[in-house]
Amino acid sequence: MTAPTRKQMHLAAHFPGVNNTTVWTDPRSKSQIEFSSFEHLARTAERGRFDFFFLAEGLRLREHKGRIHDLDVVGRPESLTVLSALAAVTDRLGLAATVNATFNEPYELARRLATLDHLSDGRAAWNVVTSSDAFTGENFRRGGYLDRADLPRALGSARTRGTPYTRAAEFVATARELWDTWTPDGTPRPFRHQGQHFTIEGEFTVPRSPQGHPVVIQAGDSPAGREFAASAADVIFTRHGTLEAGRTFYTDVKARLAKYGRQPEDLKIMPGVTFVLGDSDAEAQESAAEIRRQQISPQNAILALEQVWGRDLSSYDPDGPLPEIDPDPDSGLVQGRVRIGHQLAVAARWRALSEAKGLSIRQTVIETTGRQSFIGRPETVASELIEFVSTDAADGFILVPHLTPGGLDEFVDRVVPLLQERGAFRSEYTGLTLRSHLGLADPVGKD
Amino acid sequence: MSATNGLHLAAEIGGPPHYDARHYVELARLAERGALDFVTLGDSFARPGPDALAVLSRVAPATRRIGLVPTVTTTHTEPFHVSSAVATLDWVSRGRAGWSADVSTTEAEARLFGRRSAAPAAELWREAGETADVAARLWDSWEDDAEIRDVATGRFIDRDKLHYVDFEGATFTVRGPAIVPRPPQGHPVTVIDGTGGPSQEAAARHADVVLVRATAPEQAAGIRADVRRRAAAYGRDPDTLRVLVALTVDLGDAETAPEPGLESGPPLAAGGSYYRGGPVDLAELIARWHRAGAVDGFHLTPITPERDLERIVNGTVALLQHRSLFRTFYPGGTLREHLGLARPANRYALAEART
Ligand SMILES: Cc1cc2nc3c(=O)[nH]c(=O)nc-3n(C[C@H](O)[C@H](O)[C@H](O)COP(=O)(O)O)c2cc1C
Repeated sequence: MTAPTRKQMHLAAHFPGVNNTTVWTDPRSKSQIEFSSFEHLARTAERGRFDFFFLAEGLRLREHKGRIHDLDVVGRPESLTVLSALAAVTDRLGLAATVNATFNEPYELARRLATLDHLSDGRAAWNVVTSSDAFTGENFRRGGYLDRADLPRALGSARTRGTPYTRAAEFVATARELWDTWTPDGTPRPFRHQGQHFTIEGEFTVPRSPQGHPVVIQAGDSPAGREFAASAADVIFTRHGTLEAGRTFYTDVKARLAKYGRQPEDLKIMPGVTFVLGDSDAEAQESAAEIRRQQISPQNAILALEQVWGRDLSSYDPDGPLPEIDPDPDSGLVQGRVRIGHQLAVAARWRALSEAKGLSIRQTVIETTGRQSFIGRPETVASELIEFVSTDAADGFILVPHLTPGGLDEFVDRVVPLLQERGAFRSEYTGLTLRSHLGLADPVGKD
Repeated sequence: MSATNGLHLAAEIGGPPHYDARHYVELARLAERGALDFVTLGDSFARPGPDALAVLSRVAPATRRIGLVPTVTTTHTEPFHVSSAVATLDWVSRGRAGWSADVSTTEAEARLFGRRSAAPAAELWREAGETADVAARLWDSWEDDAEIRDVATGRFIDRDKLHYVDFEGATFTVRGPAIVPRPPQGHPVTVIDGTGGPSQEAAARHADVVLVRATAPEQAAGIRADVRRRAAAYGRDPDTLRVLVALTVDLGDAETAPEPGLESGPPLAAGGSYYRGGPVDLAELIARWHRAGAVDGFHLTPITPERDLERIVNGTVALLQHRSLFRTFYPGGTLREHLGLARPANRYALAEART
């Protein structure tokens, strides 16, 4: 076998759900919660020799106008528990859980992650997220989370924006200390951590796990988030899914590594991307347009509009023009979702587009929100993916199918073989652990 | 004395800590071959061992019928997380989950978290009871048919079938609803060790299965009657409760055990529920206590799981089955079905139906 000539890409599968990417109205769409759905998607990803399977997290159901948002897929199992079960039905696939660093404690989470790493023989990963709003906090007994770590941000102080990352950074550092406490010959050593957010001591109950440290993923985009990733993460999950934005992001993040004594290859950059395949490029474009229409139903179009406008616009016709009235940016209309940007600016952009092209509300929303990243016949998509990776717009991709759980099958059957033929993606796993799939060095333990 | 019905058997599969999944899968499969109601896996932050809930989630797809009951401590873990994780175990096992609620009483455990000092057991059990309460409310916070996928109106869920729990306990509050839809069993089975002391009230009020300690059938019968009376005082139907005697068993002397059918029966340690002897005599003891209406069953903790569980299944259980005192196959699929417990009605749906 010849050595791969190309930069190798990394692939992960996102189990979609709890968003309007998932086309739940499609008759092929199955349960979002039954284990069989998770099993199907994970097995498909492993069949495709993917690096890992990825689960997002939400700790409060989203609300719109003070009521539970009812248009999108909602409801999901708890990540680490599902992944522990998936470890039974997969052999090599990495298992990545998104778990909040705000509403958890290092000792317990480090223990659960180390357990998953043992149970999966070295395939665990943790996507550290930092959502810390008071809205989510209402599900957690200790309002102290906000007092201690996140209050400045909750109050909207620009200066302290990114404060959740101080807790997250100390959280990750503490978890690493815990993972390092056992001696190589398998005896626990007492540990003590004293910091700004945590003062804990005792003995960790789980021996060093197969990967030493489960893989750490970061998702967050602010300068503070990028800095945190550069200092502490193995993978960064981003939304920059276009070639230009990807390259800019890639250059920025990789440049931050040196000051932490790290090499560019120590942090893999993986945007979350969607795809639509067809027998011809034109056919794929057609189905992509149809999928967009299913994702942005008339009800969802009005909802998206209300989110930007911060007003009740339920009387507007989704097939009619955008409202004349101005947005109310301080309405607090939407709860539990990452903000989409400055509302007035977004509204101005939507208006301009709608006027220039004569688009209705629904058409405008379809045009402006989350369009598919890769559309075409398998050859087209494979070439584009390879171009992204070989020109350093990404190190790989976290694929978000629009159908659950069968939405990855076609990609694995039709695109993966092309990537393999062209030497851009592995044909077999060469290692056992997720770290080895990602080409990451094992963390050095303490003697 | 109220009559017991079918005999229920459960076994602990912990022991010296193991971290590889295969060890636990093999033990759970062994117990499943004996058609046991459930296996438990003990846990605590204080001693070496993996996270029990994760271990039994790993075991779930590798087994088919047996109930899976990890110990989940409530003192340092968020009630919302507890509720989500147990509900998820129920989803991944298709209705075979339970949890054995416990508390962390030591200062050493408190220092692992650094958020609060150790508190008296009574206080922690009150909190554990509140955790069990809020967990059940969260499991009900989605009605079973909340997911509607109504294409015409574009609604994935019927938001009127989702409920805020607005729980206010002494040490925490939870707004809800859950993020995990109502689990297959409605409520996964709650197990509480409730022999006297501070866990007694939480057990009577919230447990589906209460573990008790007794050294004689008369004593067990008395404790069972007491648990049932307390449950009734909380407005519960005592028949929705299973009382199992917790027995530590050492079958290491099986080869030298007395002949089966011995009148005197096997020895029990004086102070605790400890059985040492052969598997056949253990079957005798189980049959005798159950026939006397003293208990609904037994929770057996083998001293050496690999050895003793094998002897329990191939010796004790086989004999009980041979005498038609214990099931030879699982007639149902969920842990509640094994235990003969109904799937709980949803409190919010009931409230609506009444209005
Ligand atoms: C690609 C991506 C995925 C994310 N996924 C989650 C998630 O699953 N759950 C969550 O609570 N937050 C998620 N977040 C939110 C981040 O954790 C973070 O709170 C947010 O991006 C704000 O941080 P920033 O200002 O650094 O971007 C995600 C963010 C990004 C960019």
